[in-house]
Amino acid sequence: MNVKLIAIAGPPSAGKTAVVKQIIRNLPDPKKAAYLKIDVVQAWEDEEIAAEFGIPTKKVYSGDMCPDHMGIMVIRDAMEWAEKNGADYLLYESAGLCLRCTPYTKNSLGLCVISAVSGTHAPLKMAPMIALADVAVVTKIDLVSQAEKEVFRERIKEVAPGIDIIETNAVQGTGMRYLTKVIADMPPAPSEKDMLRGVPPLGVCTICIGKKEIGWQEHFGVIRQIDAPDSIYRGD
Amino acid sequence: MSSLHTEIESLTILPGTTRDGKMEGFDEIIIRPGDTFSIVGPTGSGKTAFINDIEVFAQGDTVTNRRILINGREPDEALVRDPSKKPIAMITQNTKCLADLVVSEFLEMHIRSRKLKGQGIMEKTISVANEFTGEKILPHMRMSALSGGQTRSLFIADAIIISNTPIILLDEVENAGIFKDRVIEVLREEKKAIIFVTHDPYVALLTGTRIVMGNGAVTKILTPGRKEEETLAEIARMDAKITHLRERIRAGDLLSGLEGVEA
Repeated sequence: MNVKLIAIAGPPSAGKTAVVKQIIRNLPDPKKAAYLKIDVVQAWEDEEIAAEFGIPTKKVYSGDMCPDHMGIMVIRDAMEWAEKNGADYLLYESAGLCLRCTPYTKNSLGLCVISAVSGTHAPLKMAPMIALADVAVVTKIDLVSQAEKEVFRERIKEVAPGIDIIETNAVQGTGMRYLTKVIADMPPAPSEKDMLRGVPPLGVCTICIGKKEIGWQEHFGVIRQIDAPDSIYRGD
Repeated sequence: MSSLHTEIESLTILPGTTRDGKMEGFDEIIIRPGDTFSIVGPTGSGKTAFINDIEVFAQGDTVTNRRILINGREPDEALVRDPSKKPIAMITQNTKCLADLVVSEFLEMHIRSRKLKGQGIMEKTISVANEFTGEKILPHMRMSALSGGQTRSLFIADAIIISNTPIILLDEVENAGIFKDRVIEVLREEKKAIIFVTHDPYVALLTGTRIVMGNGAVTKILTPGRKEEETLAEIARMDAKITHLRERIRAGDLLSGLEGVEA
């Protein structure tokens, strides 16, 4: 296998697709990229990117399934698809919904895209998504003051002390030269077989199967009351 | 307070392109410690893009294609990317702070990110900010509840005291109703290299070099020397009058005639 897998996660409207476009634009050969978008019901990024760069793109709708669950199901096939299409890079963009999920795999480059205008507490709220990423790409950096930039950065470091932080105005592409270098230096995935870095949240429950009643009294399996002693959290 | 900044002897701006893709008409602009520059030109002429290039250490990767050198060469990665080593602080026109923290928390966090040790840095920053603004800033106020002028004042004080960088970029310091004279005075005392983007005649004439912008590019570089000395003195008198009038209006006075205004 000669494909470098780049997993792009981050909340909606953070600028994931703008970052994807800058990555492709700055590759030694943009035609060597392939792009996979996972979303719930609506996405057109694949069409936009195919039109702009003329590269193989694909989208998968998760519908009623958790989009990260869907991503985990299809990413191995997608690696083979990318290789068959002669791609050296597969950019895999998550839907960006559940911030508890971390779609990064061991062999991928994990990018977490966060907007600088999302508030000082945002990095703490998306902790698992940042903690397991290799690089935090902070977008919309042109909209905040220098002091805010530095405070935001400090917050990210609180969650992930060793993380590489790249600040960018992704529309203009400032700062992207550092990300381009990280991508140039990363090794390709040795195989399409790979493992998730983190433990995903518990996914099988009575709500998933369609029970609409609210309150723990109506459910079984993993339940909790408001004053339960500890949080239901078995992540890293 | 110790500064971690690399010794900055010079910052060089290499020409980029105009909006029509032509080469900019200068060889290089060199900024040294203590130098003062103003960037003037109509709105949309590329003033803010000019200081943005400096702030991000552009390497041909911005719309203008300019390049920025430190001490004559491409800056080290750490200098650009690690805020505690970055020699530049920029105060933008943006006067909204999005941080959902109170003033003291915000400043303490910035002090941590700059790896500063020492007592009273936060308090000193607030007291310097309060020299620039009419209504006082208090440590327990929320950042998001400060007025435009208070936010601007705090960011300038933060750049001077906490960032403590050798180069400061100020985008339209005259806006937001803060005391620009005090700001300029404090910056001078600190011997910073200062670059003002400005529409204010007084600020423009106070600086050593004036860069004129048009069509996204530098069109003129003026070093008036003593040629503008008399004009500057006259503008200073006019500015003092206007400042005095502004303060009276702010204080709720009725202005019938200009009595007491003669400076």
